[in-house]
Amino acid sequence: MAAYKIYFVAWSTLLVLTAVTVAVSYLNLGLWNASVALAIASLKAGLVALYFMHLRHEIKLVLGFAVFPFLILGLILVGTLIDAIYRF
Amino acid sequence: MADHATSSLPGDRGYLSEQGWRSWALTMDHKRIGVMYIWTTLGFFVVAGILALLLRLKLLVPGPALFSDHTYNVLFTMHGAMIIFLFIIPAIPSALGNFFIPLLIGCRDVAFPRLNLFSYWIFVAGILVTVGTLVAPMDTGWTFYTPYSTRTSAAVTSLSFGLFLIGMSSILTGLNFIVTIHTMRAPGMSWYRMPLFIWAMYATSVIQVLSTPVIGITFLLLAAERVFGIGIFDPAKGGDPLLFQHFFWFYSHPVVYVMILPAMGIVSEVVPVFARKPIFGYKAIAYSALAIAFIGFLVWGHHMFVSGMSTISGVIFSFLTFFVAVPTGIKIFNWIATLYKGSISFDSPMLYALSFIFLFIIGGLTGLFLGSLATDVHVHDTYFLVAHFHYTMMGGTVMGLFAGLHYWFPKMTGRMFNETWAKNAWWLVVAGFNITFFPMFILGMQGMPRRYAEYPAKYQPLNVVATVGSWFLALGVIIMFANFVRSLRNGEPAPDNPWRGLTLEWQTSSPPPEENFHEIPTVTDWPYGYGNRNEASRDH
Ligand SMILES: [Cu+2]
Repeated sequence: MAAYKIYFVAWSTLLVLTAVTVAVSYLNLGLWNASVALAIASLKAGLVALYFMHLRHEIKLVLGFAVFPFLILGLILVGTLIDAIYRF
Repeated sequence: MADHATSSLPGDRGYLSEQGWRSWALTMDHKRIGVMYIWTTLGFFVVAGILALLLRLKLLVPGPALFSDHTYNVLFTMHGAMIIFLFIIPAIPSALGNFFIPLLIGCRDVAFPRLNLFSYWIFVAGILVTVGTLVAPMDTGWTFYTPYSTRTSAAVTSLSFGLFLIGMSSILTGLNFIVTIHTMRAPGMSWYRMPLFIWAMYATSVIQVLSTPVIGITFLLLAAERVFGIGIFDPAKGGDPLLFQHFFWFYSHPVVYVMILPAMGIVSEVVPVFARKPIFGYKAIAYSALAIAFIGFLVWGHHMFVSGMSTISGVIFSFLTFFVAVPTGIKIFNWIATLYKGSISFDSPMLYALSFIFLFIIGGLTGLFLGSLATDVHVHDTYFLVAHFHYTMMGGTVMGLFAGLHYWFPKMTGRMFNETWAKNAWWLVVAGFNITFFPMFILGMQGMPRRYAEYPAKYQPLNVVATVGSWFLALGVIIMFANFVRSLRNGEPAPDNPWRGLTLEWQTSSPPPEENFHEIPTVTDWPYGYGNRNEASRDH
């Protein structure tokens, strides 16, 4: 049972965070609405990746492959924004 | 390298022994899966090739002929989409890669054989969905640009779904290869003892895994825009049509390296074998594959110079495009240096590999014309681009594929093909290819736009030359395939190592037994110690 404990903790945290997302949606934070929602969602995705997908216990190479897509995402955002911002 | 030759008894069909459709459809043998990919992809090469011949036939005359303008649009869309998604992307990685990665690194199968079979069938499912869209055929060009693709009545939504499945298959195959190369190498095969085809396939797989999700998401967004009317690409709803081009090319530029890197890998294998010389600049070739894979992610904007992109991003993307030509140049110089003072024999695999080098230099350098901001304004969307792309993809990838098919045919089938006919076919293919596509450079410079069903009469003479060239090209390909098909049954039995190669696939029988090697070989050296063995067997 003890081996599963960490999964229950992670799962409960996910449920709490879901509740927080719902609660926050009732507050009007103006510009921060999207940022707060995305921050909570990223936290949840991180928990799933680290615990349920075992990323915490993987070798460095696997971690590298998991982190690399964020670099790719950064590239596509930067490249597209350079275009969009300097367009006239 | 220790001698592990396991000459099989005459008539032993190795992995091909088992008969019946189940032995193919349910197989988890990477070799059989590779063979199924070869048949499937070459099938679409033939279909899309026939479409191309029809297009060229219509372009014999400037005015209306043969079929309607809409049919013309449909045909060039189908030609492009089929060649790209159903042939050239999977042709070398999924077909030859599946067959030869485990053989070249000395293991019994890929890391996930079941996943491998799943990848194949998901590919077939994607093909079926894609073919199903022919009820309302696409007329968007293979790039599916918005806003037209969100408005046309063609079956864009279901096509997106089909290509999504094909992309999924591509990701799973790439993942499988990465894990295989990391974990399954034969004892003693350190990274710097790997054949260069493996380095090329590794770089290819990384691109497949990292870039394909982007096009998957793009197709989903396109479908969502069409079905639910959300405003991703439609400016009236707050979207941006150029965003589609950014997404599309963010995948589709890296993916041209999925098409070309494996072909470069084949050339790196074939050239030292037939020049009987150690490959020059092993590490430079290996790392330039990784460099191409990485820089290839940074250049997508060069497809959008005239789309209304900002000048500053134009400058950045133009610079990076020139930059990606450097690792490609490194490879070409290294192959040529390998040939220098070699004892070269011009067997058919070598002829195709040398054609690759020659034609890809032309294709690659004309890419720089298109990558410069000012010239691109003149040649963009003209036949210059069509010529450039066919020189890289047909002159490059397809020549590499043909080199690989000839080089490995004896290993895959246990038979030799007829070398005289292979050479005859080669003459026709290379001559026909140049007669077809070289005039297009001139037509493009003169301003003939691509994708138009009709053209001004002054362009007719060169169009006639191109069309006649396409017949020679087709004849050459027919002879080549006929030679292969005939040799499958009637060819001379192949020896285990007809080309005296040093990579591991030649150490097992032709065709290989079901689990590749009777005894897993131990690797003690790099695989390129050709020529003077004592001089060449440096410690790697
Ligand atoms: Cu490109």
